[in-house]
Amino acid sequence: MTDLTELNLADARDGLAKKEFSAVELTQAHIDRVAASAALNAYVLETPEKALDMAAASDAKIAAGEARPLEGLPIGVKDLFCTKDVRTTACSNILGDFTPPYESTVTQNLWADGAVMLGKLNNDEFAMGSSNETSRFGPVVNPWKTGDTQLVPGGSSGGSSAAVAARLGIAATATDTGGSIRQPAAFTGTVGLKPTYGRCSRWGIVAFASSLDQAGPITHTVRDAAMMLNSMASFDKRDTTSVERDVPDYEAALTGNIKGLRVGIPQEYRVDNMPAEIENLWQQGIDWLKAAGAEIVDVSLPHTKYALPAYYIIAPAEASSNLARYDGVRYGARQQGVDIDDMYAQTRAAGFGDEVKRRVMIGTYALSAGYYDAYYVKALQVRRLIAEDFIKAYEKCDVLLTPTTPSAAFELGKNVEDPLKMYLNDVFTVTVNLAGLPGISVPAGLDASGLPLGLQLIGKAFGEEELLRTAAVLEEAAGFDAQPQDWWSA
Amino acid sequence: MSVDEKMVRRIANLARIGVTDDEVPALAKELSAIIGFVEQLSELDTDGVKPLTSAVDAKIRGREDVVNDGGYAEDVLANAPEKDDAYFAVPKVVE
Repeated sequence: MTDLTELNLADARDGLAKKEFSAVELTQAHIDRVAASAALNAYVLETPEKALDMAAASDAKIAAGEARPLEGLPIGVKDLFCTKDVRTTACSNILGDFTPPYESTVTQNLWADGAVMLGKLNNDEFAMGSSNETSRFGPVVNPWKTGDTQLVPGGSSGGSSAAVAARLGIAATATDTGGSIRQPAAFTGTVGLKPTYGRCSRWGIVAFASSLDQAGPITHTVRDAAMMLNSMASFDKRDTTSVERDVPDYEAALTGNIKGLRVGIPQEYRVDNMPAEIENLWQQGIDWLKAAGAEIVDVSLPHTKYALPAYYIIAPAEASSNLARYDGVRYGARQQGVDIDDMYAQTRAAGFGDEVKRRVMIGTYALSAGYYDAYYVKALQVRRLIAEDFIKAYEKCDVLLTPTTPSAAFELGKNVEDPLKMYLNDVFTVTVNLAGLPGISVPAGLDASGLPLGLQLIGKAFGEEELLRTAAVLEEAAGFDAQPQDWWSA
Repeated sequence: MSVDEKMVRRIANLARIGVTDDEVPALAKELSAIIGFVEQLSELDTDGVKPLTSAVDAKIRGREDVVNDGGYAEDVLANAPEKDDAYFAVPKVVE
């Protein structure tokens, strides 16, 4: 029997259907591989017994001819998703050993479709970071490396990207507020899909910036991403911004035909100091899509350079409000104080890490009396200009093609001391969140040191079918099949 | 605009985050750098632009004003750091 951890989601589904192996065998192969992967620090909690129970139930379903769409497929869950009776911490000390008595809608949808949970994946604390170095459980290490240098897996969904790249789960859930699915996917040679705002329910996902947060998958292939989205997407009354709209069959959208599709190339994404390799890969991507019958159109998104500064007001402002709930009263780790105010202050001082404190304080400042109009309202006005840039661009094209990140994965520890430099990682991804659009990163090539690079496609609101169809064509043309050498298995 | 130490203490108090005297100067520097970065926005003329609070233009849904959930105080209290009967317990607030 071949190594079952080498399979992608679609192939594993087909193998299970043909009874080439059982869900228990498939799950056990992944459990064993996860157990040997401590060097990567991708999982913060392993749930092997639960996984085997779920897999056994899946085998019974398959035997009865009642297989559901993701029957028996073992996946990892970012620790931002509440999982019933399984510790959920957002990788923050302040949540202590919080054990939710409820299940997030997205994970509930996945279990209802037969998926198997391997455990909870590491992430930046409250999803605030671009390198997965702010987690209370310590940094995640990228399975890819250059020589002996250890690299970051991207963030905030670094546990998800590392786990999929290292085959510690066939797919993973993730969340994206400013690039937290697409940037880690680009850094690890995986596919990362951020759906349209409102497509996947936010209910039961630990909130960072509610007007920007959106759940999506990290997978090996575009087809796998479509399979995951089929289950993750739903209308949910419990999330007031969930959009009431049918979920189409995204996998069926992968026809391979993009003849006549208009692909926009935004000139403002040619930033200073962009490595030639990324510039070249972008051109390569243009050529691939053109060869597949697409028409290439130059477009302008004139307010792009203001997206990051607007984001670093809006996201912290929403975070300062969302994170007000962590006060040591209802859940989480409480510190004692001389009175109740001091108890709050000590609990939050001890429970939040440095980056979270910085962002809560920036947000508090931007929302405080005397600064609200100058910072917060201003940023919301700029957000409208950015959203309108896309509306205008989409008069001339159907999807946009850009690089996902301005560099390949960088060394662990390199940007920790310089928050602003860290923020620049999201320069190509953050506009998409501000406008609420869907975006996907597809692995497209390797740089000179052998590290993966991604290309990003951006779609129209609820244009996931067209987006995935185009991404699959790009994926096919790129033929990316490189894998990291296994140096981590113990 | 730079964030001085007095402002750091004010924001920290508003955010209910305890800061020690040692931490204040570094925070002032870090927050000033971030504020300096976001101040690029002032270059843009946004007169008359309506603020965009949500990417979804649909009206927020309401629901019937009825009790449709509840009755599980035990679950709600299960993660409480301190509880007393069916209540969250906190340090004394009223003398």
